[in-house]
Amino acid sequence: MRRRQSGDTLVLIEAQLTASQRGLTMAETAASGNFKVIGTRPVRPDGVDKVTGRAKFGADYSFPGMLHGKVLRSPHAHALIKLIKIDKALALPGVKAIVTSADLPEAENKSEQAGEMAVNPRHLSANILARGKVLYDGHAIAAVAATSPHIAEEALRLIEVDYEILPPVMTVDAAMAPGAPILIADLRNKEEGDKPTNVATHYQFKRGDVEAGFKSADFIVEREFNTAMVHQGYIEPHNAVGIYNADGNATIYCSTQGIFDVRLLSSQVLGVEVGKIRVVPAEIGGGFGGKTTVYLEPLSVLLSKKTGAPVKLTMSRAEVLRATGPTSGSKIKIKMGATRDGRLVAAQIWMAYEAGAYPGSPVGAGAMTIVAPYTVENFLIDGYDVVVNRPKTAAYRAPGATNAAFASETVIDELAEKCGIDPLDFRIKNGVQEGSPQVVGPPYKRIGYLQTVEAIKNSPHYKSKLTGANRGRGVASGFWFNAGMQSSAIVNIHPDGTASVVTGSPDIGGSRASMAMIAAEVLGIPMTDVRPVVADTDSIGHTDVTAGSRVTFATGMAVYEAARDAARQLVERAAKAWEKKPEEVELRDGMLHTKGNGVPPVSIKQLAPRFPRTGGPIVGRASLNARGVGPAFACACVDVEVDPETGKVQILRATVAQDAGKAIHPSYVEGQMQGGTAQGIGWALNEEYFYDAKGILRNTGLLDYRMPTCLDLPAIDAIIVEVPNPGHPLGVRGVGEVSIVPPPAAIANAIYRATGVRMTETPMSPPKLLKAILRHRSSAANAKAAG
Amino acid sequence: MHEIHYEAPTTLEQAVAILKQRGEQARPLSGGTDLIIQLRSGARRNPYLIDIKYIKELRTISFDPKDGLRLGAAVTCAEIDENPLMHRHYPGLTEAARLIGSVQIQNRASVGGNLCNGSPAADTTPALIALGARARIVGPGGEREVPAEKFAIAPGRTVLQPGELLVELLIAPPPPHSSDAYLRLIPRNEMDIAVVGAGVALTLDGDRIKAARIGLGAVGPTAILAETASQALVGKKLDDAAFDAAARLASEAASPIDDMRGTAEYRRHVAGVLARRAISIAAERARKN
Amino acid sequence: MSKKTLVEATINGEATEFLCEPRQSLLECLRDVLELTGSKEGCLTGDCGACTIIVDGRVVDSCLMLGVEANGKTISTIEGMAIAGQLHPLQRKFLEHAALQCGICTPGFLMSAKSLLDRNPNPSEADVRYALAGNLCRCTGYDKIVRAVLDAAAEMRGCGAGKAATR
Repeated sequence: MRRRQSGDTLVLIEAQLTASQRGLTMAETAASGNFKVIGTRPVRPDGVDKVTGRAKFGADYSFPGMLHGKVLRSPHAHALIKLIKIDKALALPGVKAIVTSADLPEAENKSEQAGEMAVNPRHLSANILARGKVLYDGHAIAAVAATSPHIAEEALRLIEVDYEILPPVMTVDAAMAPGAPILIADLRNKEEGDKPTNVATHYQFKRGDVEAGFKSADFIVEREFNTAMVHQGYIEPHNAVGIYNADGNATIYCSTQGIFDVRLLSSQVLGVEVGKIRVVPAEIGGGFGGKTTVYLEPLSVLLSKKTGAPVKLTMSRAEVLRATGPTSGSKIKIKMGATRDGRLVAAQIWMAYEAGAYPGSPVGAGAMTIVAPYTVENFLIDGYDVVVNRPKTAAYRAPGATNAAFASETVIDELAEKCGIDPLDFRIKNGVQEGSPQVVGPPYKRIGYLQTVEAIKNSPHYKSKLTGANRGRGVASGFWFNAGMQSSAIVNIHPDGTASVVTGSPDIGGSRASMAMIAAEVLGIPMTDVRPVVADTDSIGHTDVTAGSRVTFATGMAVYEAARDAARQLVERAAKAWEKKPEEVELRDGMLHTKGNGVPPVSIKQLAPRFPRTGGPIVGRASLNARGVGPAFACACVDVEVDPETGKVQILRATVAQDAGKAIHPSYVEGQMQGGTAQGIGWALNEEYFYDAKGILRNTGLLDYRMPTCLDLPAIDAIIVEVPNPGHPLGVRGVGEVSIVPPPAAIANAIYRATGVRMTETPMSPPKLLKAILRHRSSAANAKAAG
Repeated sequence: MHEIHYEAPTTLEQAVAILKQRGEQARPLSGGTDLIIQLRSGARRNPYLIDIKYIKELRTISFDPKDGLRLGAAVTCAEIDENPLMHRHYPGLTEAARLIGSVQIQNRASVGGNLCNGSPAADTTPALIALGARARIVGPGGEREVPAEKFAIAPGRTVLQPGELLVELLIAPPPPHSSDAYLRLIPRNEMDIAVVGAGVALTLDGDRIKAARIGLGAVGPTAILAETASQALVGKKLDDAAFDAAARLASEAASPIDDMRGTAEYRRHVAGVLARRAISIAAERARKN
Repeated sequence: MSKKTLVEATINGEATEFLCEPRQSLLECLRDVLELTGSKEGCLTGDCGACTIIVDGRVVDSCLMLGVEANGKTISTIEGMAIAGQLHPLQRKFLEHAALQCGICTPGFLMSAKSLLDRNPNPSEADVRYALAGNLCRCTGYDKIVRAVLDAAAEMRGCGAGKAATR
């Protein structure tokens, strides 16, 4: 989804998303079941490169004379920079250049849309090299280029920085408290007038009359939830190679989700025209939203400009954790009411998300998703975007929605229990379907929410009986908007009748396969005859980020249109050769036929050699700003076993159902569902940013930032639901994000059934769960004694 | 990383000579799974690394029913796990070695290195303490032996003096009707560091406990021998009352801190839970020996 | 610049000599000196397994081994897994099962899986999960990776020992 600009305003959104929800009138919506390529499971076109080590990721690039850069980072959470002395570091043999924020132009203080995010260039610049003040442990201060990474690292130790340490503000409570230290002196919001504040934006969404709603409720559940800041955890650290040429042009090789965003953001930070920067996409080793902004890219160009040599920068894992976008920790107070017969009638929600050092948490999205799967007649939702002395957050798979669903899906479980209704039936009773109102905007078009819940209800997993002590089963649902935005595609027909598909969408999880499959389907040729290419910013039209579950939807739509453009040209060429009208010729299964009798059909392979004589090469093109986004829903079922003496949770079984609209390559759709579920499980159980009292991050490695290993997870059953998206010619919805949303709540609900304890904070790690179990036991014992 | 110099002596004498010459600037390199990380992060800055993996004595496991076990300091965890005698006679120590890190780590990391790293959370140290292991140290002044529970003196610091090298670990042969066990609590199931570790060695006399040693890890600045808890088991029958009492005393022996891996309160609780479970496993095994 | 050391090793079957600084990890030597960039850097602390290689028949994290320690060793990296253009059954099964998404962890997983199957041709799912626990994947949830390894093992058993690399 396109997030709202985080201006300094109270945003009252009554009718947003109108455009993106308006179904695009496509010439045709594919009749299901007649596909030859779509829906099959071919080997991905880039597969051999990826299993032989040949695929070139960003850190694998090197150039003659290349220097290595390293970044000096703040050891303090909040401090003024009084002085930076670099002379000793510069004197170290092998050191070629050092840059600080003094080497960057003053960037504009404004908010503008860049891909999925609202970006303030001044904040972005200050995040890349701190300007006068550091706002978190790990904040970049200076960068060194040297002849080896070891020398660059040693040089960092020789840079002297004088700090005036300020009190760290680590939580939304601390940041919103009266008299809290202010992080950004000129930050204002509309409600507080000219008063300095740490609250960047207050969002509010409402429907109906909440008070009246609660009056009509028979059961009300009110709880407060806290979720810890977590990281996307991609295995590949950030990287960039910058090459600045004496003619003023620069090239950046990097692993990014959005080459055009890297170009735009780098141009803003460096004060260089967009057209002078070319960004070349390397293979990307995971991103999950975290590689949609820039950190090293502008520095690589800046250091290259200063040294005249190519400069490569790569982050260590500690740098990734300390200084790149995690997603927000949050505090959510939620009150929901239902009637005795299980109808949700009211919800009142207060939510505050940690933005990190600069504004821009996904609280707006969180607020818009928190009751999105349900038809609640009355709600009032307030969301606050709050700056704290933590790294600036970045998008993470369905940003904002997982925090929100942890709260709402737990409370819904509790309401279902109070009503004596099966938790899935409760969801079906209140679930949204075509025509139900969205939180904002017009009613939903065709969606598959209820189908995902039914799929879980009918799954072998949910139908099985869970036995054994300390075990429990939980379910939960999730919603995500998905995104449209801009994409471009080119389809070239080669002289041998094969084709290439050129897009600007970095392939983060197998999208080359779905692009090739869509083109093959349209052209009627085998998928192996289509070679997909991810091009650089000079070689393809603007294409927004590989994020928001948008590549198969939006870039897929562009590929579909470009392939149809090529097909149209093929028909024209054949018609020309046969001296027929184009209407009399059609392309079917890779063969050009005349309608009616006459000429024997000709294959694309046979026609292709004749291109030079019939008008030249055939290049299909499409560029679009995709409308008709189809929202995604998922429902998950998880079985757990709790060790009641240690609080440790084992995941015994997990099943996820998700509406894909149409699964182009089912294996990669399942992969997205399984991967999102795994991340949701990690978020639920053990992942967290652990800061000490001084605001220093203590778990800066993958030993103590605990992502699930394969021994921590069971096989994850993925049930693909296909309710075609009416806004896409192939019925596609995005599939990349929503599966992360249900697991934390599903696990909390399972833990409740295993132990009787309602968990209201993540991670539900052994110490936290044991504490809750012991508290629950002693209060139960007290109640018994009192009774 | 800062500049380093690397040497790979093939005899103990050479190694000790180099260590003596380089003094505090030198550090022995075994599997490197802790040391290389520390050098890279700047936590240690020793410019001389002495690779001890080419010294035969340090790479040998030998077991003699009379003299017991000699475990070379650089023997890898994988080699321990692959040794049937280790499984038979010291199952607790063997499972501790097998718990360290991944297969990749086990192929490099050594029990000796685990001890020399001086981490209070080292998995094999409580197991060594339970077995009454002694560390044989060779240095410029000759040889000495130090009990496993006295080897570390603070987080990251040990009794080793400049020039000294841990050569091997000596463990008595298991008495009849004895066995050991090691358990740890980690939030994940692999690739994690002990929040609490408990090693237990028991010798039985019929249905009574003749001797007991409980080692605890990650509950204080160094791994400890929980003496009172151990003594409380001696002479007791194998029953819940004895186990519960020992578990309570193990909890009391713990003096942990709050950190990102767990609160002090949590660690104290889990020290008791794991001690009890390890006692029960060791007793079960001892009964069969 | 510190003095460089000459290291002699057999890498993917070839006798190889290279010069490195003692402070360079074997991973760095493979990637930056020998241009074998198939082994990846994910953490430099032995927690992610992206740099997994096989040294003298055992998997290790090449980020936690110095280049100078490789002297005299026999080393296999992902670049040596396919023989004469023929993918190893594990590589093929990873592709057939879609056991990779971004692919950064894939070389490490393949090396760990190969080492497992070299030692245990008939692993259980639990054996596979244990052997792969030192390799982190953030994309797949491991499900398809585990299936691919089990399927490759079954195929290799069916084809008899020693024919692994040639189907």
